[in-house]
Amino acid sequence: MSSYEARFKVWRGDIEGGGLEDFKVEVNDGEVVLDIIHRLQATQAPDLAVRWNCKAGKCGSCSAEINGRPRLLCMTRMSVFTREETITVTPLRAFPVVRDLVTDVGFNYTKAREVPAFVPPEGVGPGEYRMMQEDVDRSQEFRKCIECFLCQDTCHVVRDHEENKTAFAGPRFLMRVAELDMHPLDAASETGLDRKRTAQDEHGLGYCNITKCCTEVCPEGIKITDNALIPLKERAVDRKYDPLVWLGNKIRRRPSESA
Amino acid sequence: MNSGGVRTRTRAAIAAPHLRTDRWWLAPAATAAGLLAFVVYSTWRAFANSDYYAAPYVSPFYSPCLAENCEPMRSGPNWEIFGSWWGLSPALLILIFPLGFRLTCYYYRKAYYRGFWASPPACAVAEPHKKYTGETRFPLIFQNIHRYFFYAAVPVAGILTYDTVLAFRDEHYEWGHMGLGTIVFLVNIVLIWAYTLSCHSCRHIVGGKLKHFSKHPVRYRTWQLVGKLNARHMLLAWTSLVSVALADFYVYLVASGAFDDPRLF
Amino acid sequence: MSVVDRQEWDVVVVGAGGAGLRAAIEARERGARTAVICKSLFGKAHTVMAEGGIAAAMGNVNAGDNWQVHFRDTMRGGKFLNQWRMAELHAQEAPDRVWELETWGALFDRTKDGRISQRNFGGHEYPRLAHVGDRTGLELIRTLQQKIVSLQQEDYKETGDYESRLKVYQECTVTRILKDGSRVSGAFCYERESGRFFVLEAPSVVISTGGIGKSFKVTSNSWEYTGDGHALALLAGAPLLNMEFVQFHPTGMVWPPSVKGILVTESVRGDGGVLRNSEGKRFMFDYIPDVFKEKYAQSEEEGDRWYEDPDNNRRPPELLPRDEVARAINSEVKAGRGSPHGGVFLDVSTRMPAEVIRRRLPSMYHQFKELADVDITAEAMEVGPTCHYVMGGIAVESDTAAARGVPGLFAAGEVAGGMHGSNRLGGNSLSDLLVFGRRAGLHAAQYATGLSGGRPLVDDVQVDTAAAEALRPFSAEGPEPGAEQGRPPENPYTLHQELQQTMNDLVGIIRREAEMEAALEKLADLRVRARRAGVEGHRQFNPGWHLALDLRNMLLVSECVARAALERTESRGGHTREDHPAMERDWRRVNLLCQLTDPTGGLAATDPVHGQIDLVRETTEPIRPDLLALFEKEELVKYLAEEELYE
Repeated sequence: MSSYEARFKVWRGDIEGGGLEDFKVEVNDGEVVLDIIHRLQATQAPDLAVRWNCKAGKCGSCSAEINGRPRLLCMTRMSVFTREETITVTPLRAFPVVRDLVTDVGFNYTKAREVPAFVPPEGVGPGEYRMMQEDVDRSQEFRKCIECFLCQDTCHVVRDHEENKTAFAGPRFLMRVAELDMHPLDAASETGLDRKRTAQDEHGLGYCNITKCCTEVCPEGIKITDNALIPLKERAVDRKYDPLVWLGNKIRRRPSESA
Repeated sequence: MNSGGVRTRTRAAIAAPHLRTDRWWLAPAATAAGLLAFVVYSTWRAFANSDYYAAPYVSPFYSPCLAENCEPMRSGPNWEIFGSWWGLSPALLILIFPLGFRLTCYYYRKAYYRGFWASPPACAVAEPHKKYTGETRFPLIFQNIHRYFFYAAVPVAGILTYDTVLAFRDEHYEWGHMGLGTIVFLVNIVLIWAYTLSCHSCRHIVGGKLKHFSKHPVRYRTWQLVGKLNARHMLLAWTSLVSVALADFYVYLVASGAFDDPRLF
Repeated sequence: MSVVDRQEWDVVVVGAGGAGLRAAIEARERGARTAVICKSLFGKAHTVMAEGGIAAAMGNVNAGDNWQVHFRDTMRGGKFLNQWRMAELHAQEAPDRVWELETWGALFDRTKDGRISQRNFGGHEYPRLAHVGDRTGLELIRTLQQKIVSLQQEDYKETGDYESRLKVYQECTVTRILKDGSRVSGAFCYERESGRFFVLEAPSVVISTGGIGKSFKVTSNSWEYTGDGHALALLAGAPLLNMEFVQFHPTGMVWPPSVKGILVTESVRGDGGVLRNSEGKRFMFDYIPDVFKEKYAQSEEEGDRWYEDPDNNRRPPELLPRDEVARAINSEVKAGRGSPHGGVFLDVSTRMPAEVIRRRLPSMYHQFKELADVDITAEAMEVGPTCHYVMGGIAVESDTAAARGVPGLFAAGEVAGGMHGSNRLGGNSLSDLLVFGRRAGLHAAQYATGLSGGRPLVDDVQVDTAAAEALRPFSAEGPEPGAEQGRPPENPYTLHQELQQTMNDLVGIIRREAEMEAALEKLADLRVRARRAGVEGHRQFNPGWHLALDLRNMLLVSECVARAALERTESRGGHTREDHPAMERDWRRVNLLCQLTDPTGGLAATDPVHGQIDLVRETTEPIRPDLLALFEKEELVKYLAEEELYE
């Protein structure tokens, strides 16, 4: 087992200000960046604030930016860097900082509340749900989401434009809308809730310019753009910009998603 | 230092607009250069109004040819719908459709938003714009009509297929011929179809819009096939872009006499 | 000094994992104003780590399954030490709890006819685990989280405030349960972000804080698992039950060192993975204990046939209960037949096509690829035992989940003891969370809303004491009164590492009397040093401080484990004594209860011999005859004492 000394720059500070602090720290075989942050805590900076939980890429707590790229600290192996490289670790830069590597991710929880929940179908009791695997596949992909919020962090719509935070739900929650709209038993439309329309009118789907950074950073490899956002845009087009569909619905007087 | 975006006052105080250490600028720069090259080339060729037909080959930029000023092509794709009043290059009449299709394509949008408009230039690299409204307003809200361009792109691809079939004649319109140009056309049409069918709108129309795949097994199969193509949409967008330009350039070379189409049989 | 912010609720749920969220949902639906308080962000609880599935006898895949079979499997797995009433309720109610999740939006993998698919797992007679690939825990936590959000949306429509009836205090920690006489009156908490103290006043407190794994070095548990709930209950005067039973999951990663302990799901074996030693031998066939001889395949051929035809073949021994497999791996490694990094080989690559592996075990594929650079579709994994779960916990009433002796205190999930006896079956944890989470929420709400004689009051003195206790690490700089002059404060990280090493080496998977005695001495030493654990910096999001506070809990719980393990002179389930290797029928009826030596909840006692914990033996209630009748007499003979059989 070989170990070496790596150079790190870690952002330390809080909302009042702060900066990158230099560290030299031991690195051993097979370690990930989170191990190094923990070693800093145990040996050099006991009050270095960092969020983490499972350390196995399953909970999505340890989101940060490493060399400027949004990543999970626990899933970034040290072996992807050269030994000479200085590794820079900063908090997520789209959200307000709390302290050191910890940011206030409340934006995401606010947005989560704004997406109307699953509407159970009327007259189908617990235990009577029948769904085919091919019908749940799509939504299951989106439910792999571990809510690390890296997609929300990297999305330039809010990262570069604080003022868009009110109007735009972000990739994670637009994907949630898509998930519910593709759920084979969601009965939202029966209650008068048109998820396709609200995606655009209330959750800011139009702000997305499909530049795919959300997909690039997703640690779960979910094809957010191709499988959730673009299909959702197409569904919104069905509703708002397709006169043929509009006419068809007028004539047949039934929503097309009952298909 | 306290301005918008990543320098908003509440965020971690880091002056640099990004801290990426890799060559993040390479991809958008290459994209911009590639697209620009195509725009320059196609503009020249579309306005040239010459050297687009060398029997049996017609340049895909000029097919179908819809004005009276088209070069005559025997049983070729020239239908004089526009009559004699059209004096400009007939390419302009038809190119609007493939152009619109590609301009509103979900992949090309990503490519030029990143490459030309730097919105964003790369992931986690701050964009240089003060305001951003995405595709919520005029003119970008018109990106939503991609589907209609897809509808239009299908017959165009059909006509190009027809052109490819005609490329099995020789310069005297005798069937059973095949030249290097025929191969160029074959490759091109395969890529054009693959690109057209891999379109996100197509994926939606054939099955993506359904809520219950299990009730529509045929559409589900189709959706899966289109999905496989769709996963390579970017690759197909580029290869078909290059192939269509090459097909045109090949016709140009033959028509201008710079090159003689080698005949295989 | 009592200027601490106070808020009034009916029910406070400590912990936002599966049990806590299910309890909160139930309490709120029963009309109680409910607060959930959790150390991490909402939705990050350790439940997300559960991979395999939720055990529930729905009979979707094999119609022969029913609650009685599930009950039998659970009792066998726990070696009959289970609180049988809990095991009964659990087996009966689990299917309803799973189906209910679907009505809240959960999407399980499906059978061909559209029902919830169920998979095989160790110790379960039939395919029983409802699952979503190998990320079932994530689906569970997300579904409950989204159900909470939907309740908040309802409240918002009615009251204009999302948090009027159900609020989640995320990234907050409870350090003390407050009491009014014998009754619960609230909880003393701090906010991790700001370090600010606050009090939640409530007549009912549900503890659902999970386990204790962070006291061990090699563990699949996250930092949160510091035994907070166990300690809070102890300090509030409630006893802990059978703390010696700690489950070591047989398959944790062993390489690289930084991920040592991370779980490799049992589904790998359920779906066909096999264990081999360095000689390439499927060694599990040599480790089938007598009590399970009839239930497991005796040859590789039979075991392999079982995957296709479970009705006419017996299951392979890789699917024995976890304690058996963990011990077997331990023995193989000790005998020098281990893998290069001190584990054994778990192989799916030769058993299934790569495509199937990637589809059925996506996160395992991902985990090994990303963390160990191992492609599990092409080579075997190296695995070894890892501390995974504590069967012991707060002693509760089976039906109500009420903690014994403290009115208003409830417990559910891993923190509650009894349900799993001496060993938990895989998949029974998620169902436990749902069944008893709901029951805890239900009874906590009933207790809170049905109070006669007014709400219990929060005592200012208790609040001040709790605040002083929580602030002590900041003043540890100077010499303690009576301590040697000028000794520097202890580093909490160092103390934690020493504690983990001690528990791992001396109270680990195989236990010996002398080692446990040494462990108790070491714990006493650590306890003294922990009082001088000091931290730098300030109260705002200070992990050093948080750890210093958690040390109290880990030390208390570790002492319980060590003392109870020393006392129980037999081997059973998750408790293996090298000096008492046999399971003794007479011990079956004995429960060991841990109580705080100082009944006022003080922690003054630092005497190394007596420590802070008293042990009490208790004889369990006999198993109800109709439940006993579910077993063959020959089987019962192996577990029950003579006089029990007689009755």
